[in-house]
Amino acid sequence: MRLGKAARGVLAAISILILLVMYLPLAVVFINSFSTSTSLSWPPPGFTLEWWVRAANSAGALNAISTSVQVALIATLVSLLLGTLISIGLQRYDFFGRDAISLLVILPIALPGIITGVALNNAFRTMMGIPLSIWTVVIAHATFCIVTVFNNTIARLRRMGTSLEEASADLGAGLWTTFRLVTFPQLRSALVAGGLLAFALSFDEIIVTTFTAGSGVTTLPIWILNNMFRPNQAPVVAVIAVVMVLVSIAPIYFAQRLSGAEQKVP
Amino acid sequence: MATRTTDAADTPRSRNSAARRGSVLLSRHPRLRLSLLLSAPLVWLGLVYIVALIALLITAFWTVDSFTGEISQDWTLDNIITVVTGALYQTVTVRTVGVAVLVTIIDIAIALPIAFYMAKVASPRMQRLLVVAVLLPLWASYLVKAYAWRSVLSQEGILQWLLEPFGLSTPGYGLSAVVITLAYLWLPYVILPIYAGLERVPDSLLEASADLGGKTWPTLRLVVLPIIWPAIIAGSIFAFALSLGDYITVNIVGGASQMLGNLVYTNVGTANNLPLAAAIALIPIVIIFGYLAVVRRTGALNNL
Repeated sequence: MRLGKAARGVLAAISILILLVMYLPLAVVFINSFSTSTSLSWPPPGFTLEWWVRAANSAGALNAISTSVQVALIATLVSLLLGTLISIGLQRYDFFGRDAISLLVILPIALPGIITGVALNNAFRTMMGIPLSIWTVVIAHATFCIVTVFNNTIARLRRMGTSLEEASADLGAGLWTTFRLVTFPQLRSALVAGGLLAFALSFDEIIVTTFTAGSGVTTLPIWILNNMFRPNQAPVVAVIAVVMVLVSIAPIYFAQRLSGAEQKVP
Repeated sequence: MATRTTDAADTPRSRNSAARRGSVLLSRHPRLRLSLLLSAPLVWLGLVYIVALIALLITAFWTVDSFTGEISQDWTLDNIITVVTGALYQTVTVRTVGVAVLVTIIDIAIALPIAFYMAKVASPRMQRLLVVAVLLPLWASYLVKAYAWRSVLSQEGILQWLLEPFGLSTPGYGLSAVVITLAYLWLPYVILPIYAGLERVPDSLLEASADLGGKTWPTLRLVVLPIIWPAIIAGSIFAFALSLGDYITVNIVGGASQMLGNLVYTNVGTANNLPLAAAIALIPIVIIFGYLAVVRRTGALNNL
């Protein structure tokens, strides 16, 4: 199949159009964060920096961001560990029940969040008698983040093959040494990509969080939900959203470069 | 690397250390190795998730005492019968599945051309920028994006402002707004697996097809599609499952319409009827399991 100039042009135009639509709501949020109007009216009647100043001084928002970062970091670490173990187990061994386990890994993300949320809420509170806290949020998040790490790692393991590891074992390296010096370096960028997605997933999760957070735990999405419909807070929410997108550019870009660079030097 | 030669594990003295013996034991017993690998994740997923899920399903067979509001553990099929035969639940189920199917189809239709452009036409540098561009919206909060659509679609919003000169108007809040917003929210989750699938299609196959006289459409249909089919299904699982349980977007742009998620939410919260909520939750669980059973054969579950 060879695409002519015209076909390439059409594809490029469609892609640009899709990206424009993808960024239209974000642009609206961006502009609203400078608008003097606190309602949703378009076009904005005037511009002000007031919301940015307020956001920078909003203790509630800053606390919520710090709570979310903590939750997402711990959930990502747990899911990195569990996801890597399970992907090595499933990719390198053939055994009875393998399909059931791979279904088990994707289930927490394939089933709607509200079911996961209600089930975990019920289990923590009534079955196990554990009061809801930041830790119940972490446990819930880690559970559905395992799948992103698992997918990235198992795809890499499939592509890697086992010859390098066998060579390492033939040369006398123990299992741990082989993992540390041969397997892990090859997995690194897949782990970065999986971990980044897990972090993003946890950072933005609202439904499961609503059901598993104790009354004193306010993650950023919960804070946003509580403030979104308050007229004088809505523009502050817009500022926070803009900042989040801007802050995320760097890690996403570097993760892309990392995986791109490793693909060129297999 | 210089440090490697000084590693404890490589020096002769540590040859008979406990770690070394453990390593030898493990390499002789693959089953032991496997159980060590899988025990932690399985205990976690089993204890945290499966137990919780089963407990919820059991609750569907209990009932709530209408005076005390406490759950009484008398086994009954009442909740299940209510949910299966109730007109409200049937209407909402049809509406929810309809929205989820529509969102999935729209997302795949949008994802295919842009993923193809990213994977097969764009230069490597452009490719990287496009992946970043597709990933970035994931970092603007789900809530903010839903709220942004509320703003875009409102009567005073930018869409009305853009469409008015053409004599058109915004769809306003309702089911179509729910479909638009959900399709927008899940789009990156559909683009990424399809892009990854297309990247794995070797260029040599496309060239071979061209050499053999294959035109664009036959090549896409007969060569590309079969290879990326699992990736498309994988993307569809995200769009379908995430739409099936959503209730927050429906609250923000849905007008008066409800979906299954809203019914579960009301019964857990305001109505305080966990058994009925659990019975309603069975509907999406059954649908998802049915869907996963159908798509399992495509190998899509390995492509999520």
